[in-house]
Amino acid sequence: MNRKLLSGDEAIARGAWEAGCHVAAAYPGTPSTEILETLAGFSDVYCEWSTNEKVALEVALGASISGARALAAMKHVGLNVAADPLFSAAHIGARGGLVIVTADDPGLHSSQNEQDNRFYALAAKIPMFCPADSQEAKDFTRLAFEVSEEYDVPVLIRITTRVAHSSSIVTIGERAERPVKGYEKQVSKTVLLPVHARIRHVDLEHRLDRLRAYSERTSANRVEQGERRIGIICDGVAYHYCREVFPEVSYLKLGMVNPFPASLVRKFAAGVDQVIVVEEVDPFLELHVRSLGIEATGKDKLPRWGELNPRVVRLALGRPSTRRQEPREGSGEISTSAQAVNSRQPNDGNGLLGTVAGTRQLSPDKAIEPEPDLPSRPPALCPGCPHTGLFYALQKQRVIIGGDIGCYTLGALPPHNSMDTCIDMGASITFAHGCDKALGRNDPRRRVAVIGDSTFFHSGITGLLNVVYNKSDVVVVIADNRTTGMTGHQDHPGTGRTLSGEETVAVDIAALARACGIERVVAVDPYRVKETRRLIRELLKQPGPAVVISRRPCALLVRLREKPRKVNTEKCTGCKTCLGLGCPALTMVGEKTMVLEDLCAGCGMCADVCPQGAIE
Amino acid sequence: MNIIVCGVGGQGVLLFSDLIGNIALAAGLDVKKSEVHGMAQRGGSVTTHVRYAPKVYSPLVEEGSADLVVAFEKLEALRHVHFLAGNGWLVYDPHRIDPLPVLLGLVERPTDALLDERIMARAPRRLVVSAFEAAREIGDPRVQNVVMLGAVSRLLEFPRSVFRDIIRLQVKPGFVDLNLRAFDRGLAIGSSYDIGAGASYMGRVTPQCPGQTGF
Ligand code: SF4
Ligand code: SF4
Repeated sequence: MNRKLLSGDEAIARGAWEAGCHVAAAYPGTPSTEILETLAGFSDVYCEWSTNEKVALEVALGASISGARALAAMKHVGLNVAADPLFSAAHIGARGGLVIVTADDPGLHSSQNEQDNRFYALAAKIPMFCPADSQEAKDFTRLAFEVSEEYDVPVLIRITTRVAHSSSIVTIGERAERPVKGYEKQVSKTVLLPVHARIRHVDLEHRLDRLRAYSERTSANRVEQGERRIGIICDGVAYHYCREVFPEVSYLKLGMVNPFPASLVRKFAAGVDQVIVVEEVDPFLELHVRSLGIEATGKDKLPRWGELNPRVVRLALGRPSTRRQEPREGSGEISTSAQAVNSRQPNDGNGLLGTVAGTRQLSPDKAIEPEPDLPSRPPALCPGCPHTGLFYALQKQRVIIGGDIGCYTLGALPPHNSMDTCIDMGASITFAHGCDKALGRNDPRRRVAVIGDSTFFHSGITGLLNVVYNKSDVVVVIADNRTTGMTGHQDHPGTGRTLSGEETVAVDIAALARACGIERVVAVDPYRVKETRRLIRELLKQPGPAVVISRRPCALLVRLREKPRKVNTEKCTGCKTCLGLGCPALTMVGEKTMVLEDLCAGCGMCADVCPQGAIE
Repeated sequence: MNIIVCGVGGQGVLLFSDLIGNIALAAGLDVKKSEVHGMAQRGGSVTTHVRYAPKVYSPLVEEGSADLVVAFEKLEALRHVHFLAGNGWLVYDPHRIDPLPVLLGLVERPTDALLDERIMARAPRRLVVSAFEAAREIGDPRVQNVVMLGAVSRLLEFPRSVFRDIIRLQVKPGFVDLNLRAFDRGLAIGSSYDIGAGASYMGRVTPQCPGQTGF
C-alpha cells in the first residue's frame, strides 16, 4: 500500500529519504525528536544524535560542503543554540542540499517559550517552507533539497507541534539515489574571513532575489478561489482550521513564506473585498501584507499567543456556531464585530506544567465549558525513577538550586520543590555560578545545580569548566540515569552506544569532571535515599566546587522486575513520609499508605524512607 | 467522526488512537490524528484527537463536537466531557487513579459519587466499561486499552474483522493472542448494553462543512 498514516515528523524523514539525503544530525527535542528516530530506520542515511543543535547543524553543513545531501532537525529553541552556524551557513551556501527543520511549539506543550521561528528565516536570509500537514511535510522536504542545491543556500522548514505530532495520510514514493558530489576546495566560499564574507553577503542578496522570483511561482503557494467577499491568507496548520470553519471563502495558502511572494499577495488581495490573515503566534505574514499597503484583519482579532484551533478562529472571526448548539449548521457571516480573543488568559490553571487551553472565556456556552475545579494531573516521575530518591534527598535543605531541562525538571513541583530555576539547556550550572558571584557571603545558602547526564553532555561541560576556571562554590549534581529520559531513551556519550546501535566509548563522567578540574567528585546511589541525603549534606558543609554523581539507570530503561512492595498496615501510622518521594505507585487508602502493585517497580526507596519500617 | 481519547500516561491511549486511525485508513477514509507529548513519560493527563471522514481538515476536535469520548480513567472522563456533542457517546472506565496533588493532600479529593453525578449530568449517552478490571482478569492490566477498543467497536460501523486484522498488524507478535482476547472481552461488555438507536447514529460520518456527504 503506498498510502500511510504518518506524523509530520515521520513524513519529513520519509521526504528526506526519498530525496536521497545522505547525512542527518539532530539533538532530541519535542516535537522534533521523531524525525531522526524515523530516519535512523533507513540504513542508507547516516544518522546521529549530536551533543547539541549547534553541533548537529555544523555536522550537516560539513556534509553539505562535501557534496552530500544533509539534514539537521531541532525544536524551536534548539535553533537558538544553532543560530551561530545558521547565519554562517546562509553565507556559505549548500553544495549538497542542506535542509534545516525547526519544530516550533505554539501553546507551549513542552517548552520554555513560544517563539516564532519564521523570523529566523528573515533574519538569517534563508528560504522557508511551512507545511500544513504530513503530505506537505513530505513534499516540501523533497522540494527543499531541490531548492537548496538550485539556489546554493540552506533551506529552513518550519513545522509546529500540531503538524509534527498529528498524523494524516501520505502517499509515499521511492528514493531518488544521488551520488555524493565529493569535496572540492572553495576557500572563498567556506572560510568566512571578513574578506570573503563581504563578498558572500552580496552573493547571498543576489541569491535571495532569484528566490523571490521562485516564491512567486512555486506550487507551494496556491490560490483556492471561493467567494470573493473574503480572502484568507494563511500558512501551516492554520489553513486547515480556516477551511473547517470557512469552507466557502477564497484562500491564499502560503507554503513558502520567505522570501515573501509580494506580487502574488497583491494580486490575490485585489481580487477580494476583505483580506484576513490567519497565523499562529506572531503577525509574520500580516507584517508583510501590511507593508504592501494592504489593509487586513489579523492580530487585531486573533490571539498572539497559544495555538489556534477551529473554535478560536470561529469565535475570533465571528462565526460562533458549534455542533453542540446547532448540530448541522455551517452558515454565518464573518463579522468585524467579533469578540476580541486577545484578552484570553495565558494559563487556565491547569498546573505549572499544564497546557494552555485558554479558550474558556471565549464563549458563554455552558455546554462546552470544561468542568471547573477538577484536580489537575501534573506529570509525575515514573515509579522507580531514581530522580525521586535524589529529590527526596535534596528536599528541605538550605540551598539554592539551579535546575535544568529533562524529566527531572519535575523536581520543581511538589512534593520536591527542589529547583529554583529552569532557564535553558545547561543553564543550571551557569545560573548557580552567576548566583554565587552575585550573592557571595551575603547569603549562607549553598548554590547547587541539578543537571541530567544527557544535558550535562549537551552543554553542561562548558558550564562546569566555567565553575572551575572562574572559581565559584557550586555543587553540581549530575542526575545520571544513563540515558536521555524525557525524549524517549536516546543514547548519548555516556551510554557506550551510537544511534545505530554500534558500540562506542562510554565517557566516564567522574573522570571527565576531574579532567575539568573538579577535585571532589562523589558518587551516590539515589535508591539509598537516606545515605544520599547524608552524603550531600556532608559535601555542602565543605567549601569549594564539587560534583555529585547520582547514578541509577532510568526506571523505564532497565524495567526492574523486583517484586512489588507491600505496606504492613499494622505498622503504618499514616505519617505520609513516603509520599514525599512522589512515586505514583504510592497512594492512600483511608489513613494508611498503599502500594499499587501494577505500577510498583519494587525499587525499595519507599521502604528506605519509612520511619516505621512499615513497607516490606 | 470526531473522537477524543484520554487517560493517564502509561495507559495506552496512544496505541488505542493508532488502532482507530489505521482502521479508518483501511476503510478508505481520510484520517487525522493529533497527540501532544507532555513532559516525562508517565503520570500526566494524555489526550489524543482522532478524526475521520471523506475529507478532514483540522487535526483537532472542537469542544462540543465529539461523537465519541473514550476515557480510561474517571477523572479524565470528566475533564474531557465538554468535548462531547449533544448526542455524542461517552465510553469510560470507572477505574480511578488519583493525581499526586490529591494524594499529597494539596487538592481536595472529589468523591466518586460527586464525579458520577457530574459525568451523568453532562453525558446522557454513556457506556461504563470496567476495562482495567477485565484486563486484570485476562492476565495483564496493560491490555486495558484493547478491552476499551472492543467495547467501542460496538459503536463504530467498521466490521469486527477489520479491528482484528489491525490488532494483528499493530501489536508485537508475542502479544497478539492476549490482545485479541482483550478485544473480545471488551466486545462482550459493550454488547451487554442496550444502546438503542445510538448505534446507527455512530455509524454515520457527520458532514463537517457544506458540500460534504456521508458515505
Ligand atoms: S512513611 Fe511509613 S508509616 Fe509513614 S505513611 Fe508511609 S508507610 Fe506509613
Ligand atoms: S518500591 Fe516504593 S518507591 Fe519504588 S516503585 Fe514501588 S512504591 Fe514506588
